[in-house]
Amino acid sequence: MKLMIVDDSNIMRRRIERSQQFEELELVGTACNGVEAIEMFRKMDPDVVTMDLTMPQMDGIECIENIVKIKPAVRILVISALADKATAVEAMEKGANGFLNKPFTDRQLNEAIAELIR
Amino acid sequence: MIQEQELKTFVEGTTNYFEVAAQQPASIGSPYLVTEGTPSCHEYTGMISITGKREGVVYFTAPKAMLTVLLMKMQESDFSHETMRDLVGEVANTISGNARKDFGRDFVISVPSVLAGERPDIPTQAGMRSFVIPINWRSHSAKLIVALK
Repeated sequence: MKLMIVDDSNIMRRRIERSQQFEELELVGTACNGVEAIEMFRKMDPDVVTMDLTMPQMDGIECIENIVKIKPAVRILVISALADKATAVEAMEKGANGFLNKPFTDRQLNEAIAELIR
Repeated sequence: MIQEQELKTFVEGTTNYFEVAAQQPASIGSPYLVTEGTPSCHEYTGMISITGKREGVVYFTAPKAMLTVLLMKMQESDFSHETMRDLVGEVANTISGNARKDFGRDFVISVPSVLAGERPDIPTQAGMRSFVIPINWRSHSAKLIVALK
């Protein structure tokens, strides 16, 4: 399965890449905003995406809407600091399949990914 | 003006950040109000602008030495100036975003901007007072500053 990581923080992108322990996931691209993510998504056709929400140029919610239109079967895990319930509900309504709040432990990340690709 | 319960949200967010991200709890001092001028800052400051239901800024300021150890605890091997900037922005973003658990989604947070130097130009407005939340972690000191109308 092909993985794409979207987050405006370099540290977070590297952290997710380093901490995820699934051999079946192959990282095919990273993006630092929604616009870059859509471009990368069209090019690399990932199966699994981790998505930040607060990003410049295009936020994660709008990006989710767009990539779900391109590939409805994509699995999206939102990884965001936004901790209100309404945001999580909106992300799921737009097409996300899971929601993980920052900060997170490696174990929480891997449990959330396992849930996503199960 | 920020209420005591609202300040508690930021104290809890800061405590949670260090416990989870740094895997080592920080000692959080008693918050205090800055009565004159603007609070002094450390070498790196990550700032989030707040709009919507509330207006103001939340910023996290820390010395390079503390950020270096924090990065090491996160298994980072890049200690460049850019990574320090990224980290202070991410800490400010995480604590501010977590505050929406109590403030709700109308507490709108910006993407982080990073300020340099010990006297950065923090945008303030009339009627906005700054509360400082002192953070002691290992042998280092940092601050979370919350200024909301």
